[in-house]
Amino acid sequence: MFAYFVRRVLATIPVMAVVALFVFSLLYLAPGDPAAIIAGDQATPADVERIRASLGLDRPYLVRFSAWVWDILNGNLGVSIFTNLPVSTMIAQRIEPTLSLMVVTLILAVSLAVPMGVMAAWKQGTTIDRAVMGFAVLGFSVPVFVVGYVLAYIFALELDWLPVQGYTPFSRGFWPWLQNLILPAIALGSVYIALIARITRATMLEVLQQDYIRTAKAKGVGQSSILFVHALKNAAVPIITVIGIGIALLIGGAVVTESVFAIPGLGRLTVDAILRRDYPVIQGVVLLFSFAYVLVNLAIDLAYTLFDPRIRY
Amino acid sequence: MDRRTFLKSGAVVGAGLAAGGVSAPAYSQAANRTLRFVPQANLANFDPIWGTQYVVRNAAVLVWDTLYGFDEKLEPQRQMVEGETVSTDGLTWTFKLRSGLRFHDNTPVLAKDVAASITRWMPRDPMGQLLRAINQELVAVDDTTLRWVLKLPFPKMKMALGKNATPMCFIMPERIATRFDSFTQINEFVGSGPMRIVLNEWVPGARAVFARHEGYVPRDEPASWLAGGKRMLVDRVEWIIMPDPATASAALQNGEIDWWENPITDLVPVLRRNRNIAVDIADPLGNIGSFRMNHLHKPFNDVRIRRAVLTAMSQEDYMTALVGNDRALWSPLPGFFTPNTPLYTEEGGDILKGPRNMDAAKRLLAEGGYNNEPVTCVVAQDQPITKAMGDVTADLLRRMGMNVDFVATDWGTTGQRRAMRNPPGQGGWSMFHTWHAGADAINPVLYNAVRANGDGAWFGWPNIPSLEAEVPNWLAASNLAEERAAIGRLNRAAMDNVVYAPTGFFLSYQAWRRNVSGIVKGPIPFPWGVSKT
Repeated sequence: MFAYFVRRVLATIPVMAVVALFVFSLLYLAPGDPAAIIAGDQATPADVERIRASLGLDRPYLVRFSAWVWDILNGNLGVSIFTNLPVSTMIAQRIEPTLSLMVVTLILAVSLAVPMGVMAAWKQGTTIDRAVMGFAVLGFSVPVFVVGYVLAYIFALELDWLPVQGYTPFSRGFWPWLQNLILPAIALGSVYIALIARITRATMLEVLQQDYIRTAKAKGVGQSSILFVHALKNAAVPIITVIGIGIALLIGGAVVTESVFAIPGLGRLTVDAILRRDYPVIQGVVLLFSFAYVLVNLAIDLAYTLFDPRIRY
Repeated sequence: MDRRTFLKSGAVVGAGLAAGGVSAPAYSQAANRTLRFVPQANLANFDPIWGTQYVVRNAAVLVWDTLYGFDEKLEPQRQMVEGETVSTDGLTWTFKLRSGLRFHDNTPVLAKDVAASITRWMPRDPMGQLLRAINQELVAVDDTTLRWVLKLPFPKMKMALGKNATPMCFIMPERIATRFDSFTQINEFVGSGPMRIVLNEWVPGARAVFARHEGYVPRDEPASWLAGGKRMLVDRVEWIIMPDPATASAALQNGEIDWWENPITDLVPVLRRNRNIAVDIADPLGNIGSFRMNHLHKPFNDVRIRRAVLTAMSQEDYMTALVGNDRALWSPLPGFFTPNTPLYTEEGGDILKGPRNMDAAKRLLAEGGYNNEPVTCVVAQDQPITKAMGDVTADLLRRMGMNVDFVATDWGTTGQRRAMRNPPGQGGWSMFHTWHAGADAINPVLYNAVRANGDGAWFGWPNIPSLEAEVPNWLAASNLAEERAAIGRLNRAAMDNVVYAPTGFFLSYQAWRRNVSGIVKGPIPFPWGVSKT
């Protein structure tokens, strides 16, 4: 197992190298000019040229790429063109809100979606099943930002239960931290809940047809025990796979959710950087997201062993 | 560790973290001494000389002070300066600094700081560049006296040093101003203004916090825009960046913010219905919408084709697309300068008045030899203003019978593409849309877009000698009548040759909670004099 872990971690290196090359080349080829944005609308072409030169943006592709790779190999993600702050500092400033949002969304989604999927499978063809599947269709169909606006209108403006926007660090207390995350997590989690609930239902339906379930029923095992101990455990592997895949959905969804709820996370940092062509920040954040995604996949693979002892690496 | 132990320990760690969070000290602040403000854009950098975006200037006025400051009549008044003398030949200016000026690091502001700051500012500013060209000597005579010797008289000196157009001549410590040239970003934000930036709370893209500068001594006069006593009535100003207008609107209604600089017009009716919120015009100097045609390449290298567009265009169409049916927010602009300012003129502007004449426009196109060349119309879709104007222009040109190559892109790409001089089919462009702050469009030196000095001109590179001849005439004018005469001739030359196409003059709103008082209309959201109950 340890050898497998080390092999997988080492395998991330070529993956990250390809990502780095791809991201850098894409940004190099993409139109746009941060120097023009910095100079402002009234600047003359000569001003823009001087700023471009001072930022080193007039250097050839290979020179810029080599310098960036060298910096990365030395643990340096570079410095933002606009803020003059190290990219690592900017990421550190923004990582807590995004992680918090993703963790709360994940907990909320899994704790709601799995029981919903199990119930739908158990009560297949009934009103409960149709209600759960209807909710799933709605979750897939309604865009995150629409869900966000509706939630903010009802729970913040009309009922005044929760804040509209912002983020409070965890260090300022659990409830202040959580209350800023409830609405964004529900909005972001709606698609995720729909996805997990559907997969759980489908997998559970398959497992519930198995002989050992019939045997358990014949032995007089209780319904909840059959569902949550015998069936769900055996349905867990595909569900965990979907949860892992869904984390990519969360990363994408966080961009929209953070904008709608004014959460200062990595999603907004990415969008701002793209709009301004802040190349070092874009490169740093994309590398981080890629690395995180590779690690999540590794964690999911390892998690299989926790739920299915037959799986060994 | 087996899998069951792992799962159990995970649950225990989670519970422990949560409990730790609960016991963390509660966050509190003196809410009524903190002004929570949503600015027009993200404060991504904080060097007002290196980065000349308006949002940087708006934040910079809190932190850095200026020698002079424009009041609401657009007249420069003394700010850091106690007094000045000018030699009889107009070549030597001597400035005396007022007492009590201190930087945020508690060091006194000295004349050498002023000299270094002016030296850094000059290369980036249109008026500064004029001064730099005639600079003989700029020296600190003693700690509080600065002498500036010029090769030629420069009657607009106080305007140059006190204008609110970006980049403003902000004063910073000599050690900073000399360490970074004006094309390199500073990394130490020390000023002598009424607030200081709280660096450890600055999260670019999310928030910036300013705290009161206890060592600031305001002038005795009442505040008027950038002039007079800048008295801070709150201890903290928090800039909260909100990219989504609907969120900002909801946050204002919910009392989570106090002041929103630029609510979009669609949301203003909602805000007006809330009795806790006040809505008013933000900046009486407003903005001038524009699209710029490329004077270097076909079809707009022929003045008749440019005039054809002006003959057909309806400013009402543009302004309605921008601000909807709110007639209080726009007015026609048959000229290039900001309405209700001293140099505003409509001389030569008849082509934009009266009913629009599509037949005449088509005749002009034919006379100009338009031969169905593609018009590469670059439109930034991520800016509501350019998006709305671009759609109107595309429709206009098509109705005129022109072949429109509509390039939908973003502002970052527009910024790069407009600098390209290649023909439209080779990566260049025929026209792009933008807008100009009314605060900049008050005289021809601050206003690059109206200049027409060929290769040295703004994007589009118009070359109109009769227009350029009036710029030195305005600079040399000794009274307002002479200034207005020069600007009248300049405006006519600009209109006859269509230096660019003005699409109208428009205003925008600002909104604030009614427990906030002291907010004024102006080109900058001035925080001094603003209090909160």
